[in-house]
Amino acid sequence: MHLPGCWCGQLRAVLRREWGETGTREYGEQKLRKSNDLRARIRTITDGGATGIAVLSTVLVVAPLVAIFVYLIYKGASSLSLDFFTKLPKPEGEPGGGMANAIVGSAVLLAISSAIGIPIGIGGGIFLAEFGRGTRLANMVRFTADVLNGVPSIVMGLAVYSLIIYRQKHFSALAGGVALGIMMIPTVCRTTEEMLLMVPHAVREAALALGVPNWRSVLSITVKTASPGIITGCMLAFARVAGETAPLIFTAFGNSNWSVNPNDPISALPLEIYRYSISPYDDEHRLAWAAALVLIVLIVVAVSLVRFVASRGVLKGAS
Amino acid sequence: MGVGIEVTNLNAWYGTNHTLQDINLNIPANHATALIGPSGCGKSTFVRCLNRMHETNPIARVTGTVRIGDLDIYQDAKPVEIRRRVGMVFQRPNPFPTMSIYDNVAAGLKLNGYSNRRVLDETVERSLKNSALWDEVKDELKKKSGASLSGGQQQRLCIARALAVDPEVLLMDEPASALDPVSTSKIEDLIFQLKTQYTIVIVTHNMQQAARVAEKTGFFLNGRMVEFDSTHKIFTNPSDKRTEDYITGRFG
Repeated sequence: MHLPGCWCGQLRAVLRREWGETGTREYGEQKLRKSNDLRARIRTITDGGATGIAVLSTVLVVAPLVAIFVYLIYKGASSLSLDFFTKLPKPEGEPGGGMANAIVGSAVLLAISSAIGIPIGIGGGIFLAEFGRGTRLANMVRFTADVLNGVPSIVMGLAVYSLIIYRQKHFSALAGGVALGIMMIPTVCRTTEEMLLMVPHAVREAALALGVPNWRSVLSITVKTASPGIITGCMLAFARVAGETAPLIFTAFGNSNWSVNPNDPISALPLEIYRYSISPYDDEHRLAWAAALVLIVLIVVAVSLVRFVASRGVLKGAS
Repeated sequence: MGVGIEVTNLNAWYGTNHTLQDINLNIPANHATALIGPSGCGKSTFVRCLNRMHETNPIARVTGTVRIGDLDIYQDAKPVEIRRRVGMVFQRPNPFPTMSIYDNVAAGLKLNGYSNRRVLDETVERSLKNSALWDEVKDELKKKSGASLSGGQQQRLCIARALAVDPEVLLMDEPASALDPVSTSKIEDLIFQLKTQYTIVIVTHNMQQAARVAEKTGFFLNGRMVEFDSTHKIFTNPSDKRTEDYITGRFG
């Protein structure tokens, strides 16, 4: 640091007057060197400690997933065969059979729930971040979404049961999809809002200054800029409901036969896992493990696929 | 072709903060006009009133008359129409991060519904040539993102983007303050060429820059315009004491 000369001189004079010898430059520099050594050592230790904690946390985050995955492979991989993916389940107690209907059923349920949850969630998020910012309606919507996020999934199943099943008098895939779709809305909505708010103000201003109407700027510029984050939010919600069992018990119900009709009861992997894991037969326990493995792998594949497709449109050097 | 700007009794507020007070001035067509003054004196607010960007802030308010050419922008037209006729370049380069160089320049046209490929291609090429960026980017127009360019190139890209919608006036809010000296001199050269076709209003903190590029200069202080005259007069023989103090570096 360069202090102006006169200033420095005055300061030194004052220090010498006040502290005698300890005010001299040599004494000061020596003292500074000593304390710098000590500080450097403390900094090194702090740095090492902080890095250690970060690494430990990373391991703790990854460990459960790896442990579950390894255990599933250990328990379930041996029961995987072509039959598992192509055959229908056998009647209770009979060995063999597969879960083709549950795999397809899960796909149907997730398609219905995504078709409901993603558009409503994104629309709500856009409203919260862009059009309703600061209004009472927006605060109400945000609060509702947060509460909805905390509603237990079994309650969601019961709610949809009383709204749809009770009137229709029969279980249906559609009702299951609705229950899962409603569960997706708050996650999609809030992540969309957060991601849109992260788009720099300068980008919005640039669009407005070109004479682009506000709604057009929001849809074509802001949402597009935030799209990687919004897609991540959708995938999070998707992966979460893909493994839900409770909301399906009273709605999709399960089905041991083939069905892709949204108006009929339908099977789903989480339902089959639940049913088989409480059965008394060892063979069915193994099938449950295999189903859990397949469910996790399918979720990972679906999420990776969407990310891959979404990232292909990104240009060289785009942030 | 550029048009003149006539500002009468312009007042602007942010909430209860009276940022601009009774501004009156005539900005000549096809010239560069510089606005100088210390930070917070209202220069930026003033240019934002010229394309109605000021009112995009929900707590902002404005009164008075601004005529651009023969159009009273607060009476006769919608904000989006004004902004197509009055382009703006911001302090920090702000290309659309997800768009290619081509799409950045074409954005103004595309988002307003033009889709004729030939017209778009021609406009992009002309605008990039006008902003002296064409030779540097012509091989990677659609492959490279606007955000991958250097700061100076990004700012020229933003100028090209503003020129693509064919405005009559170009507002520049400290366009070179985030750039290095080489990029700055490129932007200044550009202003020299552009003022033959457009009316340019440039806000700057750099008084040498104002002296170099502008024919007219206005000095703002505490929300008022203290003096508006030819650049030569402002920098050599200002009539107001406060202008002289600012020019000679006694404050601000």
